[in-house]
Amino acid sequence: MTTAALDLSGDPKRKRRERRVRILFQSAAVFSIVVSAAIVFSLIGRAIGFLLEIDLSQLWADGWFPRRGRFDLRTIVWHTLVVSAIAMVVATPLGLGASVYLSEYASPRARRVLKPILEVLAGIPSVVLGFFALKFITPNILTTFFPGTQQSNLLAAGIGVGILIIPLVASVSEDAMRAVPIALREASYGLGAQKWRTSLSVVFPAALSGIVASLILGLSRAIGETMVVAIAAGATGGSLLQVNPLNGGQTMTGAMASLAIGSDQVVGEAGTFDSLFFVGLLLFFMTLALNIFSERFVKRFRQRY
Amino acid sequence: MATRSKMPTTSDLVKASISGKKTDFVGIAVAFILLLTVFVSLGILITLLADMLIKGWSVFADRGWDFISSPLSPDPEKAGLSQAIFGSLILMVFVVIVAFPLGVGAAIYLEEYAKDTRMTRFIVANMRNLAGVPSIVYGLLGFAVFVQLLSGITNGRTLISGGLTLAVLVLPIMMITASEALRAVPDALRQASYGVGATKWETIRHHVLPVATPAILTGSVLTVARAFGESAPLLLAGAVLSNFFSAPAGTGVVTLVTEGDYTALPIVVFNWARQPQKEFVAITAAGIVVLLVILLLVNGVAIYLRDRASRRAA
Amino acid sequence: MNVFSVHDLNVYYSDFHAVRDVSVDVKEHEITAFIGPSGCGKSTVLRCFNRMNDLIETARVEGEIKYHGVDLYGGEVDPVQVRRHIGMVFQKPNPFPKSIYDNVAFGPRIAGFKGNLDELVESSLERAALWDEVKDILDQSAFALSGGQQQRLCIARAIATSPDVLLMDEPASALDPIATLRIEELMHELKGEYTIIIVTHNMQQAARVSDRTAFFNVSLNEQGQRTGQLVEFDETGLIFTNPKETATEDYITGRFG
Ligand SMILES: Nc1ncnc2c1ncn2[C@@H]1O[C@H](COP(=O)(O)OP(=O)(O)OP(=O)(O)O)[C@@H](O)[C@H]1O
Ligand SMILES: [Mg+2]
Repeated sequence: MTTAALDLSGDPKRKRRERRVRILFQSAAVFSIVVSAAIVFSLIGRAIGFLLEIDLSQLWADGWFPRRGRFDLRTIVWHTLVVSAIAMVVATPLGLGASVYLSEYASPRARRVLKPILEVLAGIPSVVLGFFALKFITPNILTTFFPGTQQSNLLAAGIGVGILIIPLVASVSEDAMRAVPIALREASYGLGAQKWRTSLSVVFPAALSGIVASLILGLSRAIGETMVVAIAAGATGGSLLQVNPLNGGQTMTGAMASLAIGSDQVVGEAGTFDSLFFVGLLLFFMTLALNIFSERFVKRFRQRY
Repeated sequence: MATRSKMPTTSDLVKASISGKKTDFVGIAVAFILLLTVFVSLGILITLLADMLIKGWSVFADRGWDFISSPLSPDPEKAGLSQAIFGSLILMVFVVIVAFPLGVGAAIYLEEYAKDTRMTRFIVANMRNLAGVPSIVYGLLGFAVFVQLLSGITNGRTLISGGLTLAVLVLPIMMITASEALRAVPDALRQASYGVGATKWETIRHHVLPVATPAILTGSVLTVARAFGESAPLLLAGAVLSNFFSAPAGTGVVTLVTEGDYTALPIVVFNWARQPQKEFVAITAAGIVVLLVILLLVNGVAIYLRDRASRRAA
Repeated sequence: MNVFSVHDLNVYYSDFHAVRDVSVDVKEHEITAFIGPSGCGKSTVLRCFNRMNDLIETARVEGEIKYHGVDLYGGEVDPVQVRRHIGMVFQKPNPFPKSIYDNVAFGPRIAGFKGNLDELVESSLERAALWDEVKDILDQSAFALSGGQQQRLCIARAIATSPDVLLMDEPASALDPIATLRIEELMHELKGEYTIIIVTHNMQQAARVSDRTAFFNVSLNEQGQRTGQLVEFDETGLIFTNPKETATEDYITGRFG
């Protein structure tokens, strides 16, 4: 925009308004960022406080019993991994199968019906799945196959979390497969490949990085999922490390929830309540790492097409 | 037929070689397995819905509207959802008036005004990562900042703290969906507008926003629905997790919001779900049915908005 | 000897009549060129020859295409088998995101090729005039190649399944003049072994490479829809020197429009 000649200098009122609008939006952006940065700082301070308060050897103790000053990280991290692994075993075949079906096989009409249903599934709150896991999956399914199942158990929680992330895995990997250019499919058909061959040997590998990203995102969501675990695996005062997923146990998020539930009446050793912030920070970094990792994959996929 | 021999030229041979001789068993198996995964996923959804309806039906049949309009109570025969629904609605008001303008405003700035610098890209990437942070971690923020640090403004464990916590939780998601909607507006439209001498804001207001609004609205409605179902952060941000609480005296809405204890629909469901007595199973399921019906309505609105917009565009 | 004889071919997309009453004979070991203005249905007709139109849900084909005397759209014919005999090269190079080797090997592999795959890949790349350029980088991604090389790779990929016919839809339109020239030379060499049908917008190209040329044009039908039609089909020399129809003459002399 030139301002050289006098009659091109523009209407000052209009220019002032431009500046005001710009500043308005800029402050929205700045504010959003400040607020978000506050998360990290609110965690770090008290997490460090926690480490200073406690006897560090208790991070490697016998079980997670924050009210008795025992903060064994192995216990809750292990349980988190068990639940997430079960969740991935449930969500990977169902989510990927549904995504291949929706992207390659479904007629436009079928897709128009199925996609919103998938979105409904994605919108189901985690408390609902927690209750479903506790009152349906455990008594009606698990106790039938494994009579020794405890009322609260890691397996039911894992299945519940798995159901929760099916839609995430399905929709992110479906997007990746649909982003594969039609030209690649035509090339494959043109060589005499059948539909299944084209879907599985051409489209699927071409979308692989996006599909991997969907799985990592699902894993990250599984690790951070709280309510299903709190309801179905037991948000009790603490737990010992459990190897058998048919027993109840506390995950990182479950431990946080049970501390939060008692947040005003927490009594116990030094650092009991602040352990919440330490676990929260750990969780934050774990999911952050996974999210950044999955972003990498998505980027690699985007660069290609 | 990948042999190097030349094609036979008699039409019978040709016919034999291009006719579908054998059934493609692998193809059928693959299609079957894929369809099976879809049906299993649908089956889970249907089972879940049916299970909730079966378990909770007696509550609606026996108590009807009373279940919706009663306050909490330690007696499962009397306990109702009025306080939970009130709390959830007020929480959503906070989400809409705080997170929507901030998220959309930030998106407009980052997409339309900010230069594509390292800093801008860093901020956008950051927002993406924040959207993936587990919601309970936002609860810690809500506790540390709104319940404790700013207790002078929020009065501690009130709907203000809860509402602001949820607003911060969905802020990155709001921003990302708005950004994507803005990015989907073709650049040619902006060029055309500048070409006839419009300023930046005029271009945004008259050309970019009208095109992007349906997608922004759809995304925002879905985001609000997500906040509606959230409970983990509210556990930390001061929601009352008990079978009973009393409202402060002289209850106007403003007092309730600024001073009273509060709870929310998913929190009540959680609380009921963890009660050991059998009688709570029915009202938990009934509470879930109410929660799902509300969410289904909200999602329906979003899907309707999107469908209408895409039909118009077509 | 006719490889294809097309009789009264009509193609519809939903209720849009894209191509009307096309009849052509395609002769063995010849190069047949399809020319004509944009939207006149050249690609549509071409895609009927290997039943690629089956993949478009709205597309409907009427009329008759005989391939070596066999009705291509007959009941027992399997489109997947058809495409193993009738290969296709597309307008934009579309290599798979795999190695150069795997691109060429894909077709033979899915067809259950039992012989020496390495030899087949080498000979296909040689016939596509690409071997010397890629023989040391066979395991690198096909995306590392230039556009012209990618297109020759797609040709190698198509001939690796030993097809009988090659369909080429504007194979050189995304390439620079030098790469275009290489593709044209290649077509001349391949002509001995294959029957080739090429769609092109480039009149000189049609004149240089083809034995016969079909000129398609768009006309309005009774409902006022723009429908493609075959205007003239003859030996290339005649089409370019002595066309019978004025529309053909207008088009090839650039007076079209
Ligand atoms: N998948 C489709 N669905 C609906 N209409 C189509 C489809 N593909 C092509 N058409 C229409 O059919 C007509 C013929 O298209 P076609 O692509 O065959 O033309 P063409 O001669 O190859 O043009 P060009 O030289 O631009 O490639 C056009 O009007 C086009 O819009
Ligand atoms: Mg074309």
